[in-house]
Amino acid sequence: MNVYYVPVLLYLILIVLMMSAIVFLSSLIGKKPLTDIQKIPYECGLDPAGPKEAYVPIKFYVIAMLFIVFDIEVVFFYPWLVVYRDLGVVGFVEMIIFFAILLIGLFYVIKKGALKWE
Amino acid sequence: MSDTLIFVIISLIKSVVVVALLLLGVAIGVYLERRILGFIHLRYGPNRCGPFGILQTIADGIKLFFKQDITLPVTERTLYVVAPIIAGVTALFPFVAIPFADKVLPDAINLFGRTIDLTQYSMNRGVIADLPGGILFILAVSSLSVYGVLLAGWTSDNKYSFLGGVRVTSQMLSYELFLGVSIMGVLMVTGSIRMTEIVEAQKHMWNIVYQPVGFILYMIAGFAEACRTPFDLIECENELGSGFNTEYSSMKFALFYLAEYIHIITISAIAVTLFLGGWQGPWLPSGLWFIIKVACLFVFFIWVRGTYPRVRFDQLMSLGWKYLFPIAMANLIVTGVCVLIS
Repeated sequence: MNVYYVPVLLYLILIVLMMSAIVFLSSLIGKKPLTDIQKIPYECGLDPAGPKEAYVPIKFYVIAMLFIVFDIEVVFFYPWLVVYRDLGVVGFVEMIIFFAILLIGLFYVIKKGALKWE
Repeated sequence: MSDTLIFVIISLIKSVVVVALLLLGVAIGVYLERRILGFIHLRYGPNRCGPFGILQTIADGIKLFFKQDITLPVTERTLYVVAPIIAGVTALFPFVAIPFADKVLPDAINLFGRTIDLTQYSMNRGVIADLPGGILFILAVSSLSVYGVLLAGWTSDNKYSFLGGVRVTSQMLSYELFLGVSIMGVLMVTGSIRMTEIVEAQKHMWNIVYQPVGFILYMIAGFAEACRTPFDLIECENELGSGFNTEYSSMKFALFYLAEYIHIITISAIAVTLFLGGWQGPWLPSGLWFIIKVACLFVFFIWVRGTYPRVRFDQLMSLGWKYLFPIAMANLIVTGVCVLIS
């Protein structure tokens, strides 16, 4: 079974080598020493002001957490999909219950305002 | 032993051909995009290099290659340099499991007096690796493309790059979810997650007939996943400079550019494989059909870019979570009922 993954490995090695070679070769060419003005972060020609790293709104973290919860739940669907025809009505009803729990969770999240961006 | 060697050689040849075709496709795609956008805007677009400006992308590539490579004195220097490589590699990687043609080699070849069966491990098929869990592999690998963008934004030591990186991370994560749910209808109808079997199941009727809603949802999620207009919040020029790739120059910038276009081709190729019959088609060779279908979807991406304005970030998030996700779920339930009845 694992033989199927030999071409995957070969392909991965090929593209990693190619991408690294592109970056490496182009870094050899071109003017080398940077001027002082090239070393500062780009800010439309102004001197950069304030801390280097901006603060991230907490909502991005909430999105990340929601993604983990929902993505893991959604992953359970894939094996169910493949054997769906064999399971018949029983499999369908069982999955409807799972769906319902998932959607209740989603509506709870929306009601709580976790996806509000204003 | 020699069977293994043949297997390795054939896989390598297929890999090189696929990568070469993808890079050629990107070169043509960039030219097409600029040209078609030009016509939509009632201007010429590139028309100076070669006939109709066809050589414009090559000229741009050579220029980028010889540009000064500004590697900033950032804190995380290694990650800063590796980020564009990760972006390029993760963009190219999903193509390993996408079937691009029917049969590219005969069933058996006679080499040095002995016959080698090429049907084992799908060596004769037009796919580099005919993985048993093809679509799962593609979803898993394409979700890694977040890393390139996130690392680029984070290690650039520039607040606007950082904001661009964070934004695009939450965008890609959210829409990956809907991408996964929107293709489930197809898997349910086909009853397989192997890409070649999904293509062969569409011999008489394309899956888009059974799954029109799934196709539309997939394309919306695909636009967000490839960070294309109307969801190109990754590079809001008026807010973030150029977003996560502001601090990159020369070939490092070019790799991000390459990754963006390969993403579009990958999204189109998966859409073609799952919904539009893959390489199936009358008269013409199967590989050509695949290219034609992918090219049509690519032009559709450009067309949308020339037509729609960019959405706001809160609109993007509420569209995804509050509308697309429940609709995709409902689509799956309806498909389940239909499959059960039939």
